[in-house]
Amino acid sequence: MREVAVVAAGMTRFGELWESSLRDLFAEAAAEALHNANADHVDDIFIGNMSGGQFVGQEHLGPLMADQLGMSGVSATRVESACASGGAALRQGFMAVASGMSDLVLATGVEKMTDGADVTNVLASAADQENEVYHGITFPGLYAMIARAYMEAHGATEEDLAWVAVKNHRHGAMNPKAQFRREIDVDDVLRSTMVASPLRMLHCSPVSDGAAAVLLCPLDQAAKYTDKPVKIIGSGMATGPMALADRDDPAVLDSVAKSAARAYEMAGVSPESVQVAEVHDCFSIAEVCCIEALGLACAGEGGQAARGGVTALGGRIPVNTSGGLKSKGHPVGATGVAQAIEIFEQLRGEAGDRQVDGARVGLTQNMGGSGASSVVHIFEGV
Amino acid sequence: MPSPRYWREVPSRYRLEAVRCRGCGKVSFPARRICPKCRGQDFEQIALSRRGNVVTSTVIHVPPDEFLNEAPYAVALVETPEGARLMTQVVDCDPDTVLPGMEVTLEFRLIRKEGHGGIRCYGHKGVPVA
Repeated sequence: MREVAVVAAGMTRFGELWESSLRDLFAEAAAEALHNANADHVDDIFIGNMSGGQFVGQEHLGPLMADQLGMSGVSATRVESACASGGAALRQGFMAVASGMSDLVLATGVEKMTDGADVTNVLASAADQENEVYHGITFPGLYAMIARAYMEAHGATEEDLAWVAVKNHRHGAMNPKAQFRREIDVDDVLRSTMVASPLRMLHCSPVSDGAAAVLLCPLDQAAKYTDKPVKIIGSGMATGPMALADRDDPAVLDSVAKSAARAYEMAGVSPESVQVAEVHDCFSIAEVCCIEALGLACAGEGGQAARGGVTALGGRIPVNTSGGLKSKGHPVGATGVAQAIEIFEQLRGEAGDRQVDGARVGLTQNMGGSGASSVVHIFEGV
Repeated sequence: MPSPRYWREVPSRYRLEAVRCRGCGKVSFPARRICPKCRGQDFEQIALSRRGNVVTSTVIHVPPDEFLNEAPYAVALVETPEGARLMTQVVDCDPDTVLPGMEVTLEFRLIRKEGHGGIRCYGHKGVPVA
C-alpha cells in the first residue's frame, strides 16, 4: 500500500442554506478543494450522500456531480452508509490512492436536507424499517433508548449529557463555518423542548445543508499540491447489528470499537497518542458512548468527560473542536468529510482560536444509523 | 408498499413467531434465513411468550406523521423469556412510568395506518402488568 496524504480541503458553511441546491453545495466545496491545491484534474471522485433520493429526489450523483465540476468523463461514485456516508467516501478515496488505482482523488460529502422533505422519516430509513420504525420509533428515540440504558448502567444524568452540548457549542462559537455560532448553558439544554425522553432539543444535532471535500494523493506526490500535507495513517470501518434489539448491550457501540481497533492497528498508534478527535455527536449520548468505544475515555467515565473539561479545548483530549455535529451542523452525507477537514486544519496548525497546541495525531469517527456502521480515520501531521 | 408485504409479515406481526437455531440455540425474531450468531440455517419455529421485561425505553414527544395523534407515547425494547428482544410501544399507562425492568404483556393491537387508503397495520404492544 502507498502512503496517502490529504493535500487540500474545501467546505461550505453548514446551515439552512436556502440559496444553494444539492449540486451548488457540492460544486462550491469541490471547487474550493481543487483551487487550494491548484489541481486541474482528478482520477476519481467519491461522493458521500445519505439520501439525495429522498431529500430532493435525486439519485445517481456520480455523473451529476462530475458534470457540475466540468469533469464529465471522470470516474465518480456515490457512497452510502447513512450518516457515515462521508467517512465511507473518504475511506473509498483512501483505498483508491493507497492501492495505486488513482493518483488524485476527490473525496466529498454533500447533503441538502431543508428542501421540504419529511426529515424525520428520511433519517428513520437508516434504522430497521420492518422492526423498529414500523412501531413509531424515531432517530432521537433510538438514541434516547441508548441514553437511558447508559444512564441506568453508569448513573449518568441528563445534566452530564447536557455538558456535551454546552462544550460543543462553546467550540462551535469559534468556527466561522458552524450553523450555530453561539454558546449555550446547561439550563438552556435542560429547559429545551423534550424530543424523546431523556433527550431534549439541545441534545440533538440540527437539520443542515452543506458539503465538504478533500483531495487525496500519494504522500510522495503531495509536494505538487501543498507544502503542508497531512497523512492518513489508519482507516477502519465496521458494522454492528442494524436493530437496537439485536445488540447485547444497547449502551455499547460495538461497531465503533471495532472500526477504531482496525484503524489503530493500521496506524500503529494507541488511543493515548490521539491529541484531538472529531467524534459523531449526532446526539449528546453518542459522543459519550463513542469516546468510550474509541478508548479516549474509560468505560462508564465518558458521561463525566465533558462536564469535567477533559474533552474541552485545553483538556486532556479535546473532542469536537469544530463544534461537532451539534453546533457546526449535520448535513448527514457531508459530516464525515467535514470531520476530516477539522483534523486537517488542526494538524496544519490552521485552526485559529480552536487550535490544539502542538497537535500531531488526530482522529475522526463517523457513525451511521443508531451505530450500525462506523468509520474511523487517524491522521498525522508531516 | 406492495401488498405481498402484508401477508408475508403475518407470522411475526400477528403470531409473534420466531426461530431457534438448532445449531447454537440463538432465538431470532422475526425469523431469518441465516443465524446471526453461528450462520446456521437449520431452525425450529417457536412462538414467543406474550410477555416480557423492558430493557430500555423512551417517550416519543416529536413523532413521525403517522403517529401524530398518539404522542407522547412510550416505546421500549422488551425481552421475552425466550431471550428475544422486540421494539414495541407500551400503552394503557402514563408513558413516563415505562422504565427498565417494567413487566409487560404483549397484546395484539393496531399499530398504524399506511398510505392514502389507510391500510390497517397490526402488531403487538406492551401493556404493563398490574
